[in-house]
Amino acid sequence: MQPIIVYLEPWEFSPTVLITCILLIAAYVRGLALTRHAGGAVGFWRPLSFFVGLGLIYIALQTYFDFLAQHMFWIHRLQVLFLHHAGPFLMALAGPWDTIARGVPRGLRERVFRPIFGSRAVRSLYGFLQHPLVAPLMFVGIIYFWLIPAVHFTAMLDVNRYRIMNWSMVVDGMLFWWIMVAPLSAQGHAKLPYLTRIVILIFVALLQIPLGAYITFRGSIIYNVYGICGRAWAINPMTDQQIGGLLTWIPPAMMCAVNMLVILRYMLHEQGGRPSAESTLANAVNV
Amino acid sequence: MTRPNFDALRLRRWALLGSLVLLVFVGACSKPKRWMLDDITGLMPALKFNLTNDSGRVVDASAYRGKVVLLYFGYTHCPDVCPATLAKLGEAIHGLGADAAEVRVLFVTVDPARDTTAVLHRYVRAFGPEFVGLRGGDDALEKLAKRYRVVYTRGKPNVRGNYAVSHSSAVFIFDRHGRARLIATDSDSVGAISHDLRLLLGVG
Repeated sequence: MQPIIVYLEPWEFSPTVLITCILLIAAYVRGLALTRHAGGAVGFWRPLSFFVGLGLIYIALQTYFDFLAQHMFWIHRLQVLFLHHAGPFLMALAGPWDTIARGVPRGLRERVFRPIFGSRAVRSLYGFLQHPLVAPLMFVGIIYFWLIPAVHFTAMLDVNRYRIMNWSMVVDGMLFWWIMVAPLSAQGHAKLPYLTRIVILIFVALLQIPLGAYITFRGSIIYNVYGICGRAWAINPMTDQQIGGLLTWIPPAMMCAVNMLVILRYMLHEQGGRPSAESTLANAVNV
Repeated sequence: MTRPNFDALRLRRWALLGSLVLLVFVGACSKPKRWMLDDITGLMPALKFNLTNDSGRVVDASAYRGKVVLLYFGYTHCPDVCPATLAKLGEAIHGLGADAAEVRVLFVTVDPARDTTAVLHRYVRAFGPEFVGLRGGDDALEKLAKRYRVVYTRGKPNVRGNYAVSHSSAVFIFDRHGRARLIATDSDSVGAISHDLRLLLGVG
């Protein structure tokens, strides 16, 4: 039995991931402290949701999990579930951006971030990416793209493409779930009405299902790269593919259903005299 | 109302840009295919290792510069896959005639405890003069396996001390400059391997 530390060490250490996580946590914690100092409510569920979401992403990228994901198709699908679905979903549910912005030192915020994020180019790019037609198509498109057999083959062999794949999942997940799951009160001027969101979620769920079903029921091996490089442990390749197919099929559809529940919750609460975003979120996380 | 028009215009501009990027990408991907094996040019790092050969000498990749190199992970107690693969490679290489001398097969043992230098030497020579056995400590071996994203596992020894080893089935093929170019797998025929080796040697 190897010591547990072996499983917690990154398989391929990435300073980018580590620094990004540390900076996000630092800004978020500082933002929380400043909020509390100013007499604002910090809550419990919101920060928990943020940290669990970020934690899932970190674990999927920078532990032994990453090794397994490189050498077993179904664990790769589980990794995608963490990076593209559960992790960003939980982070977005916490509606963390105001808190993070508050936690960034004033000089940096005013002189660097505000000009960048306020610039026309960034705003129009963001507006395009978050367009109610573009965002869901990109969300589903990215899943399909990396599962094209020839693309998947190169992504699993080339370290750089593998990194691009994982980063694209995280960034796209953050963009998509932010407009889906954040309460209207936290979305600023880019508000997306709740009913529009529900329609989008139904489409996204319906578009993912055929892909998962295809992988699950296909009678031959689609992704041979795992056989070429060797699987992490002895498993029937068909079983590996079927579990991977199910993971592509069921949990993502479930996530859309959970998101709809969160939205219903928002709608119910906002009908009966708008409560604070805080308690709505606490309830939402409690679902 | 001018604003919706402006939005639509902007959307069209982005859509145009997006489809252009996609077009360039698709264009770059659909080069004419001349290889029969899987082309991995640019995907994997160049040949690099620090191991001991089956004559007991310490060698690194520079010893094989100028040759087309086939890299394969296995072990001599391997019941079927390794001998079958090596025999297939041998057949493909000997079909090259005099050019066979420009090719080396590096057989890296993932079971250095049982595959001593002498055992390895006897084993690889059986397949031909182009075959070289390489062994190293766990660190050097793990580094090389990680570099080419292959896995190997050693099972628990039974009462007689025998154990099974599982390992990747891939043969990584490098050109004369040590660049990773192709992957051959179980399903590739002798003819396909020969064909691509000729292309790499520039005699195709």
